[in-house]
Amino acid sequence: MIRIQLPHLLQTLAKCDREVKVQAPPPVSLLAAIRALEGSFPALRGTILDQHTGQRRPKVRFFACSEDLSLSPLELPLPEAVQSGSEPLLIVGAISGG
Amino acid sequence: MAQAKAKTQVRLLVGTRKGAFILTSDSARKTWQVDGPHFGGWEVYHIKGSPADPNRIYAAQHSEWFGQVIQRSNDGGKTWEQPGAPPGTAEEPVTSDSAKFAYDTSAATGKPLKSHLGYDGAQHPWEFKRVWHLEPSLDDPDAVYAGVEDAALFRSEDGGVTWRELAGLRGHGSGTEWEPGAGGLCLHTILLDKANPERIFTAISAAGAFRSDDSGKTWKTINKGLSSVTLANPTAEVGHCVHRLDMHPSQPQVLYMQKHWDVMRTDDSGETWTKISGNLPSDFGFPIAVHAHEPETIYVVPITSDSERFPVDGKLRVYRSRTGGKKWQPLTNGLPQQNCYVGVLRDAMCVDDMESCGIYLGTTGGQVYCSPDSGDTWLAAASHLPPVCSVEVQTLA
Repeated sequence: MIRIQLPHLLQTLAKCDREVKVQAPPPVSLLAAIRALEGSFPALRGTILDQHTGQRRPKVRFFACSEDLSLSPLELPLPEAVQSGSEPLLIVGAISGG
Repeated sequence: MAQAKAKTQVRLLVGTRKGAFILTSDSARKTWQVDGPHFGGWEVYHIKGSPADPNRIYAAQHSEWFGQVIQRSNDGGKTWEQPGAPPGTAEEPVTSDSAKFAYDTSAATGKPLKSHLGYDGAQHPWEFKRVWHLEPSLDDPDAVYAGVEDAALFRSEDGGVTWRELAGLRGHGSGTEWEPGAGGLCLHTILLDKANPERIFTAISAAGAFRSDDSGKTWKTINKGLSSVTLANPTAEVGHCVHRLDMHPSQPQVLYMQKHWDVMRTDDSGETWTKISGNLPSDFGFPIAVHAHEPETIYVVPITSDSERFPVDGKLRVYRSRTGGKKWQPLTNGLPQQNCYVGVLRDAMCVDDMESCGIYLGTTGGQVYCSPDSGDTWLAAASHLPPVCSVEVQTLA
């Protein structure tokens, strides 16, 4: 069970709580966690990873266990604490805009 | 013979930088109820109802962070859904991408186009950025066109679940010479001809105007007569920053154009254009609209210049021509006439088809103004919305 925390605009889009739980077979990578999230909440398809390139949208950040995973390869397994469900994966909108 | 029910309600669909709002009034159009924001915090460049079913509304919802979303309502904007992507937890795997606008690069379409001119004069790859304009079909609620940035025309025939590019437009020959205007390389105008279902007009900043006579398969440029000081060759076939087109359904061969500079008119479906700026205080602006019942009555909102994009002399004035152009009169009654420096974007003016034609405009200052009498008098339907991107109107029985 992976815990994922979402930014406000994605919560309102998917009509879900700030934190959601998704299932994916271990070891769970960032990509697998996001695909599991999109599978559970279809409204989020294309909002985190670009639909055309499959890459992280430039103004989206991934944090976990006080680390910035945004520039890590999407295929890299998530930290053990995230995989075990003791820590959440944070999907964050970068500070910009007005 | 059954008599058409009188229209008694007016519904305004307002897209803003921070969400969509729905304003409703009775036929007098004096007092308005404001409902919203829908999609709060998201940009809504355009929201428009289907002429075939006014309860079917499409909205283009976008975020710099989270990309493009298409929303659809089947109940006049009370509730919304992402076509093909239900909210909440999915019981079945969902494989559709309702907001996926994939450029057609297949060999089957003949001329896959990979790059266009950029601000720097170099070629840049074609990349989808956002939907600028949604134009529902005149007769099928599930059919809708989308004009997007980087400029291309898409069509959905399943209510927005899937989108297919009409690639003949990008591939018609001049695409590599299109370059972005200040707002991006956007296809912002889509006009459908009620009298000729196979005819479509589009306009692109900064490329120009285009016409298809075969439902979007093939296209031709229709820019003869345009002259742009921003081009090395002012009368080039493409490169013109057309800001908006409009037409009256009773004379679809006549188009009116607000260009980067110049207000223009064609009487032959775009084959040749004539300048009709006449006595306007400035012929720079963005929106242009045609009166619902008078095909030769048109409206523009002049702003000072391309460098000073605010109303001339700080006075928000709509200009009306009742002669198809050249002779213009300012409409000011009820509009701010001092210290007003808002803008009116290209999709932020529209007309209704009530017996006394209503004119509407939304400003970058968050006001929505309504004139229930063809522009003679104006009142604020809403005053403190986020910057308004678009205003569309529906009249309901």
